[in-house]
Amino acid sequence: MNILVFIERRDGAIKKPSLEAAKAASNIAGSTVTAVALGSDASDLDKLGGYGISKTLHVNDAQLDAYSTTAYAKAIAEAANASGSDTVFIAATAMGKDLAPRLAVKLDGAVAPDVTAITEEGGDLIATRPIYAGKAIETVKVTAAKKVFSLRPNVFNIGEVSEADSPVETLSVSFSDADFAVKATGTSISTDKLDVAEATAIVSGGRGMQGPENWNLIEDLAGVLDAATGASRAVVDADWRPHAEQVGQTGKTVSPTLYIACGISGAVQHLAGMSSSKCIVAINKDKDAPIFQVADYGIVGDVFEILPALTQELKQFLGK
Amino acid sequence: MNIFACVSHVPDTTTKVKVGADEKQIDQEGVTYILNPYDEFGVETALQLQEQHGGEVTVVCLGPDVVKETIRKGLAMGAEKGIHIKDDTVRDSYGTAKAIASALKDKSPDVVVCGRQSIDYDGWQMASLLGEMLSIPSISVVSKLEIADGAVKAERDIEGGKETVETTLPVVVSVQKGIYSPRYPKLQGIMKAKKKPIEEVTPEPWENRVEVTKLEKPPVKSAGKIVGEDASAAKELVRLLHEEAKVI
Ligand SMILES: Cc1cc2nc3c(=O)[nH]c(=O)nc-3n(C[C@H](O)[C@H](O)[C@H](O)COP(=O)(O)OP(=O)(O)OC[C@H]3O[C@@H](n4cnc5c(N)ncnc54)[C@H](O)[C@@H]3O)c2cc1C
Ligand SMILES: Nc1ncnc2c1ncn2[C@@H]1O[C@H](COP(=O)(O)O)[C@@H](O)[C@H]1O
Repeated sequence: MNILVFIERRDGAIKKPSLEAAKAASNIAGSTVTAVALGSDASDLDKLGGYGISKTLHVNDAQLDAYSTTAYAKAIAEAANASGSDTVFIAATAMGKDLAPRLAVKLDGAVAPDVTAITEEGGDLIATRPIYAGKAIETVKVTAAKKVFSLRPNVFNIGEVSEADSPVETLSVSFSDADFAVKATGTSISTDKLDVAEATAIVSGGRGMQGPENWNLIEDLAGVLDAATGASRAVVDADWRPHAEQVGQTGKTVSPTLYIACGISGAVQHLAGMSSSKCIVAINKDKDAPIFQVADYGIVGDVFEILPALTQELKQFLGK
Repeated sequence: MNIFACVSHVPDTTTKVKVGADEKQIDQEGVTYILNPYDEFGVETALQLQEQHGGEVTVVCLGPDVVKETIRKGLAMGAEKGIHIKDDTVRDSYGTAKAIASALKDKSPDVVVCGRQSIDYDGWQMASLLGEMLSIPSISVVSKLEIADGAVKAERDIEGGKETVETTLPVVVSVQKGIYSPRYPKLQGIMKAKKKPIEEVTPEPWENRVEVTKLEKPPVKSAGKIVGEDASAAKELVRLLHEEAKVI
């Protein structure tokens, strides 16, 4: 099976979820995996061999340095044809979610979006994806000839990376102005803040934190763990924290290795965004709070007492 | 401005999802349906555009007869009329988009507004599917939208910040929180909605391209360990995170 993996780059660096997608593709039995990278930056493309990529098609065109849904979809579709790939893997990032459906229409195929597992069974790829905000899991098969899968970030393990290099070939695609009908003309990224959607550890606070002035407790703990800070909707609605930090059904879906919920009750809409985290810790003074039902470890107690103690213990343990 | 708001008819967020007997769909018993929360932002955005630029807002929904209720909710918020694409089958996203695209094709839309995601299927797909099918621009997950003299400038949420995207009309956008706050329908609006026209169209039959082979509940987690009840539990928690969970 020939699989094409789209390599997303932002600010020069290859995005980790794309490497996860590359590894997931190469883990499919009998797969040959080609990567496609867009824009003038070719750095690190040869290293993709370490993630199981057999070769990379590089569409070296400076017009592609800024994201354009229309031009990117065209370039990836051409790479799929050039590499004889009927299947395309794309990380389900903000860019990937925007791009995958466009690409599927270009290829006259279909997308299985935001999948959390994918396996090969008798020549077919079978994917699972959470729906109804994680309250059910569906198993799907794309029956169209051309199949696009977007893979939820942080879920697929990269595992071991080899030293193998892989060749990079230039793929030329000719674009007209119309191909750039939609174009990103700028980004504003707060570089000092790790995004919850990308973090491997998250410390989240809820109404139990009692006010924005207490967020130093969350930030201190996050600091020791190199974690992002998250929030429940109650505190975002109260303007204690920005919407970008909101985890849950109307916020972001996260699957970090470690999620620490502090003073969060665990409403179903909150759980929808974080229940696929690998290890969940809950700190709440109410022993019956629903968050304890999904937590791996719980401390029943006052956040104002527990958080400083936990930060201190971790500092010692991690030698920080 | 000719504005269309696509809405989806979804189970209420507090619904306890049960797997149906066929193990492919949810059990419908006791499920109440609502206008997809993101589509409230969508209808509001459409109405705001109409207030800024004039024109008309049409609410579009594909589904069986009951989805008329959801269309009426959009009409109660203030949209002029509805299009009900009547389909009793369970369509995949591609098929849904195809039917919506063919219903809109001859109606020369200026702006088509969707929600970021439907909270049942969680696809996040519709805006990009529709854009490509209608051969017009699309911008997804928009939290700010400015349209002037045919030029479109939007902000969309990306990891760690925002991205500014520019294009021209006609356009399909999907919106999320941060754009306009949805208005609540007033009683008068609800009364008026009953008389507003809903055009019914029959889509071409569709053979799904994404087949659901199974629907199940997520594995139940056994209730976790309560490590302790005061600050002294912190030390034990750190040990467990390291030795047992191996996450630090
Ligand atoms: C359509 C819809 C979408 C939604 N989307 C989201 C979403 O995306 N994300 C989201 O989070 N919510 C969402 N919600 C809201 C959700 O239903 C809850 O209202 C919200 O998650 C509650 O936030 P909370 O846990 O911070 O507050 P609360 O429910 O008020 O819980 C506070 C908790 O803190 C504990 N506590 C208080 N003081 C202390 C203390 N000193 N020490 C320790 N613990 C303490 C209490 O025991 C309680 O459990 C949505 C709701 C709807 C209807
Ligand atoms: N059956 C439908 N009829 C009309 N619009 C829909 C339908 N399903 C989804 N949409 C629109 O597409 C958006 C995204 O849905 P999805 O791609 O399924 O997550 C929704 O917020 C709606 O605006």
